[in-house]
Amino acid sequence: MNDMSVSRDVDTGEIKMRARGVEVFYGDTHAIKSVDVDIEDKTVTAFIGPSGCGKSTFLRCLNRMNDTIDVARVKGEITLDGEDIYDPKVDPVQLRAKVGMVFQKPNPFPKSIYDNVAYGPRIHGLSTSKGELDEIVEKSLRRAALWDEAKDRLQEPGTGLSGGQQQRLCIARAVATNPEVLLMDEPCSALDPIATAQVEELIDELRTRYSVVIVTHSMQQAARVSQKTAFFHLGELVEYGETGKIFTNPDDSRTESYITGRIG
Amino acid sequence: MPLLWTVSIILALGVVGYVMGRKRAVATAGGNARILHSLPGYYGTNVAIITIVPALLVMAVWLIIQPILVETRVTEMIPASAIEEAGSRGLVMSDVRRVAGGLDTAIEQGALTEDEARSIRTEFTNVRDTLAGVGVALGSDVTPEVLSAAQRYRELSRSGNLFMTITLLTLAALGFLYSYARTNRDFRARNWVEASVLVILMLASTIAILTTVGIVLSMLWDSWNFFQLYPWQQFFFGLEWRPSFEGGSELGLIPLLWGTMYISLIALLVAVPVGLFAAVYMAEYASKRVRSFAKPLIEILAGIPTIVYGLFALITVGPMLRDYFAEPLGLGSSSSSVMTAGIVMGIMLIPFVSSLSDDIINAVPQSLRDGSYGLGATQSETVKQVILPAALPGIVGAILLAASRAIGETMIVVLGAGAAGRIDLNPFEAMTTVTVKIVGQLTGDTNFSSPEALVAFALGLTLFVITLGLNVLALYIVRKYREQYE
Amino acid sequence: MSVTTEGGAPEPRRTSLLELDARTRRRNRSEARFRAYGLAAVTVAVMALVLLLVSILSNGLSSFRQTFVSFPITLDADVLDPSGNRNPEEMQSVLTFSYGPLVQQAFVDHVAALGIETDLPASALGDMISDQAPAQLRAAVLSNPAMVGETIDLQLLANGRVDGVFKGRVTMESAERDALISPEQLILAEQLRAEGSIITRFNWDFITAPDASGQRPEAAGLGVAIMGSFYMMLVVLAFALPIGVAASIYLEEFAPKNRLTDLIEVNISNLAAVPSIVFGILGLAIFINFAGLPQSAPIVGGLVLTLMTLPTIIIATRASLRAVPPSIREAALGIGASKMQSVFHHVLPLAAPGILTGTIIGLAQALGETAPLLLIGMVAFVREYPAAPLDGLFDPASALPVQVYSWTQRSDPAFVERASGAIIVLLVFLIFMNAMAVLLRRRFERRW
Repeated sequence: MNDMSVSRDVDTGEIKMRARGVEVFYGDTHAIKSVDVDIEDKTVTAFIGPSGCGKSTFLRCLNRMNDTIDVARVKGEITLDGEDIYDPKVDPVQLRAKVGMVFQKPNPFPKSIYDNVAYGPRIHGLSTSKGELDEIVEKSLRRAALWDEAKDRLQEPGTGLSGGQQQRLCIARAVATNPEVLLMDEPCSALDPIATAQVEELIDELRTRYSVVIVTHSMQQAARVSQKTAFFHLGELVEYGETGKIFTNPDDSRTESYITGRIG
Repeated sequence: MPLLWTVSIILALGVVGYVMGRKRAVATAGGNARILHSLPGYYGTNVAIITIVPALLVMAVWLIIQPILVETRVTEMIPASAIEEAGSRGLVMSDVRRVAGGLDTAIEQGALTEDEARSIRTEFTNVRDTLAGVGVALGSDVTPEVLSAAQRYRELSRSGNLFMTITLLTLAALGFLYSYARTNRDFRARNWVEASVLVILMLASTIAILTTVGIVLSMLWDSWNFFQLYPWQQFFFGLEWRPSFEGGSELGLIPLLWGTMYISLIALLVAVPVGLFAAVYMAEYASKRVRSFAKPLIEILAGIPTIVYGLFALITVGPMLRDYFAEPLGLGSSSSSVMTAGIVMGIMLIPFVSSLSDDIINAVPQSLRDGSYGLGATQSETVKQVILPAALPGIVGAILLAASRAIGETMIVVLGAGAAGRIDLNPFEAMTTVTVKIVGQLTGDTNFSSPEALVAFALGLTLFVITLGLNVLALYIVRKYREQYE
Repeated sequence: MSVTTEGGAPEPRRTSLLELDARTRRRNRSEARFRAYGLAAVTVAVMALVLLLVSILSNGLSSFRQTFVSFPITLDADVLDPSGNRNPEEMQSVLTFSYGPLVQQAFVDHVAALGIETDLPASALGDMISDQAPAQLRAAVLSNPAMVGETIDLQLLANGRVDGVFKGRVTMESAERDALISPEQLILAEQLRAEGSIITRFNWDFITAPDASGQRPEAAGLGVAIMGSFYMMLVVLAFALPIGVAASIYLEEFAPKNRLTDLIEVNISNLAAVPSIVFGILGLAIFINFAGLPQSAPIVGGLVLTLMTLPTIIIATRASLRAVPPSIREAALGIGASKMQSVFHHVLPLAAPGILTGTIIGLAQALGETAPLLLIGMVAFVREYPAAPLDGLFDPASALPVQVYSWTQRSDPAFVERASGAIIVLLVFLIFMNAMAVLLRRRFERRW
């Protein structure tokens, strides 16, 4: 793992999102305990930890997806560009346009590939003409490295693509709304190794424009794609720092136990 | 009741068979039931089954076939002139049956002896009076042909019955002897019993097919008779519905179909938006508390019998629509109208549409909702642009099922729609439907040889074909949809 | 809002989250609208239910109370028992017709004795009492011949119109246009009520008495209809439950996957959606015209309803058989039980509560079904109670929902009240059955 950190270019950007004292309750369960984290712009941040540690839950706080779950309650402060996203004046709809999300299982809508990508721009009114929309769709598909495979079948259903293509379609769909932050919840867990490699490559590309936060259960993946890593355990943020450091010289003994495979 | 006696004897033989079969099995094992192949009870059951079941099956078949055979034999006796006089063969035969039944009653009550019944002639006895004396009223005097046919009918039936009793008892006795003789300790009684039970279970499941066949045959047969009396072109394309029992009826399907479709359309216009929006609200918006209270309430609507809706249309909705809409707008003064029936039927269909749609909306995977919310869509955008399109085939299926319900619904239209066949666009006008006319033509005293009564079967067949088509299509769509998410 | 820059490449927008842009506000409004439509739809559905129930209850509750006229009647021995020996058999020969004048005279005397002055002729006074009253009196006398010669106080049914006065159905204006009651009679009725000679009380006869002719709605009851419905439910239970369970066991546990099984499955799901009236045609053609069973008989109604209920029972039974986990079957098979034994000894008992629940719901459906019964002659006017089963199954009878229909077809508005009342009785039965089903499900529901 040491050799991996050598080639890593760690250009720390400005802080895009900041979380302070975030607590999440599911009914009576205390799922997240006082998490502080800074997410930097144009950086891939990985959340790792054993399953059930709260990393996905925390991710869903960042674009208020937890609002759609009745029993979930969020405390603490999360800001995007210095604005509190849990401020009562904030409309989660507007927030999610800025903080896009890609899910564990590829979930293309049962519509054509074109309509899948055009969905976000349409609801947010990002285009004024058909030509503009076409452009956005093409741009997004190119960014998701799907254009070459999909350009001849834009009107075919998105559900007809292979698993890896579906996930890249979902990424294209998220990119099309012009987000500033892209959240990815174990985006490769349902994919085969080749598709995983393609998506990981894509994530690295995306870093040039967006701040990417990725939840993964695979430490290798975190090491491969991220610049910053946060280790979660039992709802707590145990350690957060440069990926190279976390994997080679963690401060906390729990982190070390996890990356060496003793807990998890 | 000789038949009851026959059945009792067969059943008794079966019970005896059970006891004796069981005893014999244990005896062949030297009193040690453990060395038997099966439990002793199975040996008894085996004997009982083989004694009873074949005999009863033969009886059922016999009871169906004998009347048909007797009728054909007796029908041959009736001269063509008598048929012409009465109007049709069916009418003469129903007279024959009634006279034959009357003679039986007369003997039971002692008004006639068996010999007299066999030998009376219309020339010497007024049969109509005699039968009236024992409470059998006949519509007209009994002609010699009918009387002799009736006597022949009784004779054939009697000898048939006697022959049947003998056959059945012999069959039961043979079954008893055969299975009793086969009972020994190595006989695989359990396997035999279980195989028989399996056959019985299978027969039970074929009732569904028999019912369908029965429905189709009964309607085909009488529809065929109807089309012998009334040209099919005039039925299917006729624009007038004016039955008249003096003949010269006009029995056109189109006005009835128009009424049916118009009412169903209004019902769907009420039920689909309300049901669909209610389902969406329940599935996507309502808090647990609201759902736990509103959902059962809506489902109550589904459990209310249609006659209740019919009365609701008749005493509340009809007068209300007439007083507040039709009369002020100058659109009519009838409380039964297409609107009345349509609205009430729509209310009836709300829970039907909403519960089916609810199932279908809930079958849309959560991941699609998440995907949409994750892109910043509002709930209504998610519903309109992701969930409903994804659920569309299922919802179309649900709507088709609801349409089939609406078309086949009877009591609401009988009480709310009116009785006059009419093709009109004014929804406050009374119109009638296929189902109303089926009820109308078949209740009261009906003469099953007149086109006015038989038309009901042709209407029934039309209704059956339309609803069956809708159902098959709907079930196909719904099933295809389910597979998509499984 | 700059969406695209050169080359059409979308660039991140820099807008504050704390300010809603116009588009978001518009979207939120449409969201609120959509939500309101949903709420409105739920409200409409619930209001429809409420309106339906209120309409039925407000029209029908009064049918359980009936107006009676109470006055002393002298039972003239010369008229009622000409031979003078109080022998009920001989008194049978005095027809209801002879009781009429007696009732009328006693009423006229009573009005006079109360000191109420009226210009009405005796016959008009007599009309205020039900046509059923002489029959009521006759039944009372025949059951207790010793009363003859004495003066007794009896509560006799008031005429339907007089009854209507106290239920708000008949008013001064309507009486003026009505041939069957005059305003004077109405005034007299109010006076008699003030004197306590006319009372309105709970009327058991509405539930137990047979139907009455179109001229005497006040005497019409549901007795025959309830018995007919009950008999039909017996038939449905006796046929549909065993056949339905047997068919379900075969299809769920034994049926091989082949054409025949598919055909049966398709048939069952289609039969569940065939319009009920079609079953009526089937019943008429097969059971009555072909098999020669009697018209209006509960046995025929029961058989038709059996065929209609079977799909419901089969679907419910199969669902509850499927809910029994395969481990139970495997456990039984594992200790050497045959497949048949494992089904009958283990699976079926475990599925029984579900089967029972499904059966009750099927019966409730059958109880409310009307259309097919119209076709097999259950609309006939029947005043005789059917005999005890099994013979009674072949006697003519009515059925609750059909009785409602027959009453709606009569011209006297008093029958609307009666029809609504009959529906209340029907709904009470249905609520009872459904409550039982819910209770059963709660009590025995098992989660594996």
